[in-house]
Amino acid sequence: TDYNDLYCLFTLVQFTKAGQFFSSGHTNNWAVLVCTSRFWFNYRHVANTLSVYRSVKRLGIPDSHIVLMLADDMACNYRNPKPATVFSHKNMELNVYGDDVEVDYRGYEVTVENFLRVLTGRLPPSTPRSKRLLSDDRSNILIYLTGHGGNGFLKFQDSEEISNMELADAFEQMWQKRRYNELLFIIDTCQGASMYERFYSPNLMALASSQVGEDSLSHQPDLAIGVHLMDKYTFYLLEFLEEVHPASQANMNDLFKVCPQSQCVSTPGHRTDLFQRDPGSVLITDFFGSVRKVEITKDTINLTSPVEPPIQRSGSGDIQIESLTYVDQLPVAEIIHQKPKQKDWHPPDGFILGLWTLILLVFFQTYGIKHLKHIF
Amino acid sequence: CMTPAKDQFQEELVIRPLHSGDIYASFQFRTLWDTDFLQEGQKKVSHYRLFPKSLGQVLSKFSVQELHISFTQGFWRTMQWGQPFIPSPPGAELWVWFHHTVSDVDGNWKELTNVLSGIFCASLNFIDMTNTVQPSASFKPLGLGNATDHRFLRYATLPREIVCTENLTPWKKLLPCGSKAGLAVLMKSEKLFHSSFHSQAVHIRPICQDEQCTSKAWELRQTLNVVFDHYTSGQGKKEWSLFKMFSRTLTEACPLASSSKVYVDITDNPELFELSPATPLLSQAVVLGDRRTYSVYDLTRAETFGQLRSFNLLLRWKGDNMLRPLLHAERYVAGFGLQTGEIHTVIYNNHPYRAFPVLLMDSVPWYLQLYIHTLTVTSKSRDNKPSYIHYQPAKDRHRPHLLEMLIQLPPHSMTEVTVQFERALLKWTEYTPDPNHGFYVGSSVISALVPSMVAMSTNFTQDQPLFSSFVPVKEESSYFVRVYTEPLLVNLPTPDFSMPYNVICLTCTVVAVGYGSFYNLLTRTFQVDEPSPPLAKRLANFIRRIRGVPLLA
Repeated sequence: TDYNDLYCLFTLVQFTKAGQFFSSGHTNNWAVLVCTSRFWFNYRHVANTLSVYRSVKRLGIPDSHIVLMLADDMACNYRNPKPATVFSHKNMELNVYGDDVEVDYRGYEVTVENFLRVLTGRLPPSTPRSKRLLSDDRSNILIYLTGHGGNGFLKFQDSEEISNMELADAFEQMWQKRRYNELLFIIDTCQGASMYERFYSPNLMALASSQVGEDSLSHQPDLAIGVHLMDKYTFYLLEFLEEVHPASQANMNDLFKVCPQSQCVSTPGHRTDLFQRDPGSVLITDFFGSVRKVEITKDTINLTSPVEPPIQRSGSGDIQIESLTYVDQLPVAEIIHQKPKQKDWHPPDGFILGLWTLILLVFFQTYGIKHLKHIF
Repeated sequence: CMTPAKDQFQEELVIRPLHSGDIYASFQFRTLWDTDFLQEGQKKVSHYRLFPKSLGQVLSKFSVQELHISFTQGFWRTMQWGQPFIPSPPGAELWVWFHHTVSDVDGNWKELTNVLSGIFCASLNFIDMTNTVQPSASFKPLGLGNATDHRFLRYATLPREIVCTENLTPWKKLLPCGSKAGLAVLMKSEKLFHSSFHSQAVHIRPICQDEQCTSKAWELRQTLNVVFDHYTSGQGKKEWSLFKMFSRTLTEACPLASSSKVYVDITDNPELFELSPATPLLSQAVVLGDRRTYSVYDLTRAETFGQLRSFNLLLRWKGDNMLRPLLHAERYVAGFGLQTGEIHTVIYNNHPYRAFPVLLMDSVPWYLQLYIHTLTVTSKSRDNKPSYIHYQPAKDRHRPHLLEMLIQLPPHSMTEVTVQFERALLKWTEYTPDPNHGFYVGSSVISALVPSMVAMSTNFTQDQPLFSSFVPVKEESSYFVRVYTEPLLVNLPTPDFSMPYNVICLTCTVVAVGYGSFYNLLTRTFQVDEPSPPLAKRLANFIRRIRGVPLLA
């Protein structure tokens, strides 16, 4: 009927418009990297997150655009035989912690509530900039989660969980608020594919390290440190990303091939049905790197002479009559004779009020109002 | 256009060999700026040169007069190492004096802690009303100021706070030269955190611009104290060099610094250790009540670096000696079980004949309910009544206990302060994810004026080395010192967190089985149900119904 035709035409027009809209690209990149596990034996989850952090920083995303959440401190943990280091390869080949790391949420701050608040942007007004995800509708966001998970949930710090439905709803909120252009979601936990089953917002691409019913396994222990250093999926992901440089043309289809079952034992999964573009045309650097417009010039520029000598401080310019003094650090006589502060008067509340009410009630009951004039 | 105010940057490193074979290195970076953030009527400061802009904006936005923040890993062992130049308790400590024009101190404090947590990558946003106190006599301002109304002071500690490279990175970024030139190149996190004690701090305060002291200048001091253990880092040998400590040598001074010096404490030279390369530059300073001699290496002079363009110190130990600090303190929890306990604070006065007063400040979280009627202070097994007590009781989930006492310590004695407490049972959502680790109680602070063996200098001169000019000296015969005790780790009664799930399962089972059976008994009726007849009989019945004839059984 007519209405049917009209409807089909309408959706077709919308689709082409939407297609044009989405192929116009992104202008900035953000990354939210979360490690949700606490305790020393979960060293590998912190190492996973830090290796993705390292790759993302190396490919150009600055610290101000990365929200890094680590639920426990492994580097300066007293059980770490090499303090201020987190290694990803055994024999301590690669220190993914580095010398220039900035962790935004650490320790007890990594909770489901804080994670969802970061994603949706509903943070208290006094939150500093480094703890906010200030993305807009032209941002490509990379979200990486790792920890212990199950069928449909991810465990935060051994005390609470986030379910796949909550995550899907959070992404829908982000979509409605236009907080992302495209979003890549990577999760490395047991049964990770269950976490992206419920997504329903457009422009989401998801990767997981294992299917429902499978466990993600850890890679190799280091005998000096005494714990497993990395998970298999993220280990091979790191090896893959180490080959990528900011100008590389590697695309998402290469990422889907990372860690096949022969290496990973679990079967990595991915989901692209919500994504508008063809994964083969999406570059790795669209999510892991940062867009930079570079203008190449062949002219030489002469820099001005280096640092001028420090200005010598002369005497003061202001003329004030009285000179200022330092305060006595421990004025014993003054302290002993300190008067107690005058407390503000508050009306009695609670127990005292109830007690006085009871006393007055009993008084009036015993003596009665009409007898009062004899007393007063 | 206003001329920019003058600013100056000085850096210094003091190396003090300790008697146990360990080595103590103290970095101090000072930026002095002749401007006033808080002066009314002056245009907003917008041109920052050496002073970091992030801190300057914080100071003017929240009207901060003094700010002291420190992050420490490890505990300072006074008995083995003596007194530090800048003391600090384990974890994070923040104390701030606000300007007297501030109307809402609590609101400013809350926002300030959030902003600082972003600047230093630390969880300072956990500082709230349940762990903030307002000391009434301790923590007087270290800078200029005449109004000392303690309503404008706030103090909080987070004993659980971890210090790691993520805190060092933003701290280094506040320096004018960053970590690229000058003394800051020595700060490699892999070596700094592999130590017995590591403390980094930022101190901002207004000080006198010159000797006449007619106008203010803002001073920003960034200090980093580290003690290297000769067993873990030194492989057991009592021999230290800059390269061994920091895995780097110095190649140049920071070009923005007006003075860049390395001091090595050689008071115990040559009996205790030997130092190379030798230097003719010596300096004497009275610090912590003692006159010490220092070898000075000036990094702004090119000859310090020698032909190799690199400067490395070498110290080799020869003998052993014991140290006896005049004041030190310990604290521990006594008792057994998870209901009650007792906090003991022990303060030692090791001076042979002088008595002096100390101000003890204790801030105990509300979940350790103190019984102040059991507070006892004994010295030499006799009751010692404090001359000043200020106690503010805790309010559950609102405010911690604050106890401040001025105690006179008799000479050569041990004073013990004990108070009993009861552990509270928290609501199950208030426990941390790892409650069996325990809960921390912040360090006690003991402020004292210790009699000095050598006369201290009360003159304020510009050329004084930084490590001896941190605390303003009012009288010559004593020096001010702050000693921190250990933090306490107390176990609170911890519930079994799987119990809500267990209770729900059990209750539902009981309800289903008990009530369900009862309901069935009352409302269930039994009917006899005939088995359905075979097909032939059903067909026969059907035909009979049509015919109107009575059916078969």
